[in-house]
Amino acid sequence: MGARDLIKTFSLGELRQGLAVTLRYMFAPKITIQYPEERTPASPRFRGLHALRRYPNGEERCIACKLCEAVCPAMAITIESAERVDANGQTSRRTTRYDIDLTKCIFCGFCEEACPVDAIVETHIFEYHGETRGDLYYTKQMLLANGDRYETEVAEAREQDARYR
Amino acid sequence: MESSVLQFFQWFWNLFGLWDWVWSWFKPLWPLVWVIIKIVVILVPLLLGVAYLTFWERKIIGWMQVRIGPNRVGWWGLMQPIVDGVKLFLKEVILPTKADPWLFFLAPALAMAPAVAVWSVIPFFDGGALANLDAGVLFLLAVTSLGVYGVIIAGWASNSKYPLLGAMRSAAQMVSYEVSMGLALVCVLMVSNSLNLSDIIRSQGQGTFANAGLGFLSWNWLPLLPMFFVYLVSGVAETNRAPFDVVEGESEIVAGHMVEYSGMAFAMFFLAEYANMILVSALVSIFFLGGWLSPFGIFPDGILWLLGKMVLILFVFLWLRATFPRYRYDQIMRLGWKVFVPLCLLWIPVVGIWMMSPFNIWK
Repeated sequence: MGARDLIKTFSLGELRQGLAVTLRYMFAPKITIQYPEERTPASPRFRGLHALRRYPNGEERCIACKLCEAVCPAMAITIESAERVDANGQTSRRTTRYDIDLTKCIFCGFCEEACPVDAIVETHIFEYHGETRGDLYYTKQMLLANGDRYETEVAEAREQDARYR
Repeated sequence: MESSVLQFFQWFWNLFGLWDWVWSWFKPLWPLVWVIIKIVVILVPLLLGVAYLTFWERKIIGWMQVRIGPNRVGWWGLMQPIVDGVKLFLKEVILPTKADPWLFFLAPALAMAPAVAVWSVIPFFDGGALANLDAGVLFLLAVTSLGVYGVIIAGWASNSKYPLLGAMRSAAQMVSYEVSMGLALVCVLMVSNSLNLSDIIRSQGQGTFANAGLGFLSWNWLPLLPMFFVYLVSGVAETNRAPFDVVEGESEIVAGHMVEYSGMAFAMFFLAEYANMILVSALVSIFFLGGWLSPFGIFPDGILWLLGKMVLILFVFLWLRATFPRYRYDQIMRLGWKVFVPLCLLWIPVVGIWMMSPFNIWK
């Protein structure tokens, strides 16, 4: 240990270095995002609230293949199906019940990946709430309503992401 | 000042023509009322200072962590401490089933009382102390030592593991640093030749530099620089502040002695901690930074200088907290007993020899 080290030790050199760092950062520009007024950009792959989409002629996309129900790791999806005449005038298999329990959902996006017809999607919406647990149990009607409400945003996000798939 | 307050009372009661009647029974009570008025004038700004110290701490630490800190309640977040206080006031005070109810509620009061009582001997300006005790330093050392009882009794009465561990830690830590604090003060007492806080400040206003108009070079911090450092760091340890906050040690023992406390009982500990911080900053200012004395001869002395110095020391407290990780328990003990105590014991004879030599600067 040379004289230099001794001086550094007894003048608390390293403590002073540390204090200098914090003092310098005190005057640095702050990186906080003030959330309700400012937002960070969201990816088109953002996985938020679920929605069921429709074709332009109004028929629901979902064909009740139950792949999403099978792949769901949290078992949050419940589907029941039956045959009915669709908007094209053909008899086809459609859901009679399509429920997602958002208190179980882990927002992994597997349902979206599994879907062969892009029916179930996750939107960019993350600001929603329920005042009871039941409010977060989304039924087919609620999911279809989400799809109708956010169809333009959903379609746009899908298009932006398409070239990476 | 006393007479002008009395004149105000006289003027007020004369509006109703009742002064003679009021004074007839009020006269014997007046000395008591006057002391109570002075206590209120000291305590209310102190408690407000505590509230805004918490706010300032959150802001400073936020800035040092490249955040903004609280800024939502009121203008720039200035109402935050008020809202926090209201929240704590409205919360339920929970008494654990197996706790000792008397000791459990005695502990917060015991923590709070010394932190407030010591303010009676602090001189805010020349002649501006509630009690100008000739043994002020002795009173101060005695009363601040009582603060540890609040922590120990809280830990014991909670009848719970973490509080007990926190209490044991605080007992050992506060006793250790009390020693180096006291020994550092011995040097101050030697050079100022008095136990009276006002005299200690006055003695710092004399000397070659003070006469040349550079008062701040005559203050004790320069000739007693190692003691200034020891006293400041011991003060941080004594108030259980980071980096010496093993008593609370969130990551180890949750909140130490405060684990079982909620609502106002918790708020009392909180108030005591911050009141102690302000107290230590005032004491450092008085013993080493010349109290109310102005640093340059061209400015008048006054309470604003004392407040300015306290703000400076408080900033150092917050700065340390934002910078350093917590000491390990054995490191704290080693620093107290193996570094500070020997350093003090070394410096006392050095100062003694200095005072006896022809180079004595404290005559």
